[in-house]
Amino acid sequence: MTEPLLSVRDLKVVFHLRRGDFTAVNGISFDIMPGEVLGVVGESGAGKSMTGTAIMGLVDPPGEVSASEIRLMGERIDGLDEEGFRKIRGKRIGMVMQDPLTSLNPLYTVGEQLVETIQRHLPLNNAQARERAIKLLAEAGIPSPEERIDAYPHQFSGGMRQRVVISLALAAEPDLVIADEPTSALDVSVQAQIIKVLKDLCASRGVGVMLITHDMGVIAEAADRMIVMNKGEIVETGTVGDIIKRPREPYTIKLIEAIPSIKSQNPRYAAAAARGEVVAANDDTAPLVSVENLFCEFDLSPSVFSRLFGGNRKIVKAVNDVSFTIGRGSTYGLVGESGSGKSTCARMMVGLQPPTAGSVKLEGTDIWKDKGASAKRRRSIQMIFQDPYASLNPRWRVGEIIAEPIRALGLTSSRAEINDRVADLLDKVRLDPGVMNKYPHEFSGGQRQRVAIARALSSQPEIIICDEPTSALDVSVQAQVLELMTALQEEFGLTYLLISHNLAVVRQMADAVGVLHNGVLVESGPVEEIFGNPQADYTKMLLEAVPDISKVA
Amino acid sequence: MTDIATPEGRQGRIARFFDSDIVFSYRRSPIAILASIVALGLILAAVLAPWIAPYDPFNPRTLNLMDGFTKPMSSSFAGNYFLLGSDHQGRDVLSTILYGSRVSLLVGLSATLFAMTLGVGLGLVAGYRGGLLDTVIMRIADIQLSFPAILIALLIFGVARGLIPASQQENVVLWVLVLAIGLSNWAQFARTVRGATMVERQKDYVSAARIMGVPPFFILIKHILPNVIGPVLVIATIGLALAIIEEATLSYLGVGVPPTQPSLGTLIRIGQQFLFSGEWWILAFPAFTLILLALSVNLLGDWLRDALNPRLR
Repeated sequence: MTEPLLSVRDLKVVFHLRRGDFTAVNGISFDIMPGEVLGVVGESGAGKSMTGTAIMGLVDPPGEVSASEIRLMGERIDGLDEEGFRKIRGKRIGMVMQDPLTSLNPLYTVGEQLVETIQRHLPLNNAQARERAIKLLAEAGIPSPEERIDAYPHQFSGGMRQRVVISLALAAEPDLVIADEPTSALDVSVQAQIIKVLKDLCASRGVGVMLITHDMGVIAEAADRMIVMNKGEIVETGTVGDIIKRPREPYTIKLIEAIPSIKSQNPRYAAAAARGEVVAANDDTAPLVSVENLFCEFDLSPSVFSRLFGGNRKIVKAVNDVSFTIGRGSTYGLVGESGSGKSTCARMMVGLQPPTAGSVKLEGTDIWKDKGASAKRRRSIQMIFQDPYASLNPRWRVGEIIAEPIRALGLTSSRAEINDRVADLLDKVRLDPGVMNKYPHEFSGGQRQRVAIARALSSQPEIIICDEPTSALDVSVQAQVLELMTALQEEFGLTYLLISHNLAVVRQMADAVGVLHNGVLVESGPVEEIFGNPQADYTKMLLEAVPDISKVA
Repeated sequence: MTDIATPEGRQGRIARFFDSDIVFSYRRSPIAILASIVALGLILAAVLAPWIAPYDPFNPRTLNLMDGFTKPMSSSFAGNYFLLGSDHQGRDVLSTILYGSRVSLLVGLSATLFAMTLGVGLGLVAGYRGGLLDTVIMRIADIQLSFPAILIALLIFGVARGLIPASQQENVVLWVLVLAIGLSNWAQFARTVRGATMVERQKDYVSAARIMGVPPFFILIKHILPNVIGPVLVIATIGLALAIIEEATLSYLGVGVPPTQPSLGTLIRIGQQFLFSGEWWILAFPAFTLILLALSVNLLGDWLRDALNPRLR
């Protein structure tokens, strides 16, 4: 057996906090062989990023790496001083971070940053370093690198920028690359390409990769071996195929079961299909919501002041002629990549963003133009937001937050009645009614999202617009929240508009689905038709790009 | 259920306050403790001046010219003891300082409160509404910030004095001073609050409130204000020190408080006439008090800024 490239023994990272010590990583051991891609997967707070940080020697006080032994090609690298680590970082261990926007310096061209890194670690002159930089960019799949090398980071798209970051990490020919959520900030279609680039480049150079991610799908596509982490400890280690197909530990089993697969159908349809029936869309009743030829344009022209001096008008069509209907009691899924206009659609439907043209009709009433429609809209439409940290006012108690719609709409003013209702709602979203007097920061992300759902329910709306309701949550929590949403839909006969970039979630939840691309609805129809037999090229591409654990060899 | 929950909740709140990071940071900062003791001591002494001052320096009947120019810690010819000496009219310097700090603090606090209310209000509206209103408010703030504050205060003070009939001046001059200092300091508040408001406005909890039809006024007061008030308290503390100094400067220039209600600035102006004739105490003690007051309040503000900044924790 060859010597491992990286060998970590009993790594322990402890944070000395005011209220006692917090152990972020608790005595983990693993090896990475040369040329191997090791996936590190776990939910937030599992200590996976901290492991990467500790290997690089970047743990800041009050954190402390204790009782560990880290060897890079047999040579101990823990306990080095700052100077020693500086020689290792970049030269022997390359790093790819999550956010390609902040990991490049916006003030320097891509070429300057690459050349600087190359020359710091390799004895090359300017021309040689530049040549090498161009070669690296070409290998990372950047078209016409000779011209692009002199561009600034903001002139690249997110995916291209991440390619630059990868070439930067490989610039000094490191032995090991630590990639911390390299694709989490990217759209699915770009994500697949980046995984491929990272994997190919490392394979061709025999570089070991430590791929840290929360997304089991990414691991399934990219990694050879994986370790599953939970609460600072390794739960399970093995080859990717073994763990995904035959997980042994209860935690791993739970984690894998919670992942919605793009292949798994909406349970309602699965049951119907098993009986050999076809679920008919509710064509007989009039739709609850109909969106007709909706347009939204943003005027990105310079201010009035600078337009006086000849600035040009610039108009962006965020939503371009979108029409769809949502039947009462059903779920309509809206999918698309970032910038496709999904959220803008949602904002127009809840009354936050006036449409440029077209109409949103709620039971036949145009919520923007008809008289008295705004009162109806406020009562009947509610919204759940993506970020459960920003959607609850941190200075308010949970009870006040949930009661806000009741008070704002003047449904009742009796204190006792409001209290009863809030307690009832908390019970409905499976939280203890006693948490009413707590503040949002005392809750976890999933619990906060439950509070947000309780708030949305408190005015007894007919339709709830859900803008990426689970994308900020861990998979196991996501499964719980989705289950809760389904249960509530059945109990109250709710209608949902579900916006998500996660196609698997939409397939599991929605009855009908619309695919948005650059503000245009490219395809719309029953969920099984769209996923089973996509017509538009864009939909096909999206479906293919989704990393999925069932694709594992 | 509420009957049981409320007292528990209240107790929890007090316990939580003493357990909070800000109290922790306070207990670990000797400078903050010292500064708060000094500031609190000075404020208490000023508030309690009528009861603790050994003499009433502004009652002409009790003044005795025979007491004039008594050195600190000695008795005058008339047999009165002066801890910090007496001035040319025989007034006790300690007592004038106590009464003077009272005026200084009253003007400083009122002016800061006024500047804060005005600045926070305009900042909230500008940040939330945006557009033309924002441009107009913030350009006015920019113009104002490009002048020294003292110049603006002088201007406002001068104009106001011209408008008010002479018979009324004695009564309202203190409030004109508050107005002048307040109007010259609102811009910092407006800028900070506007920026913070623009950040908060984007957050989903504000969108949620808008969806359910909460009127903008209530969104500003109940949702956004509690979330932007932290930095405002820091500026207010530092602004208090600035306002006290500004008042002292105006009074030193002779355009501030009326001579019948001298502030620390007035005392310094009076004292500097005697500096070169050897009666240093008439100037030194009021000046020292002013420095102590401004410094302690400023240090408290500095500490508060660091304590509230999560990045420095």
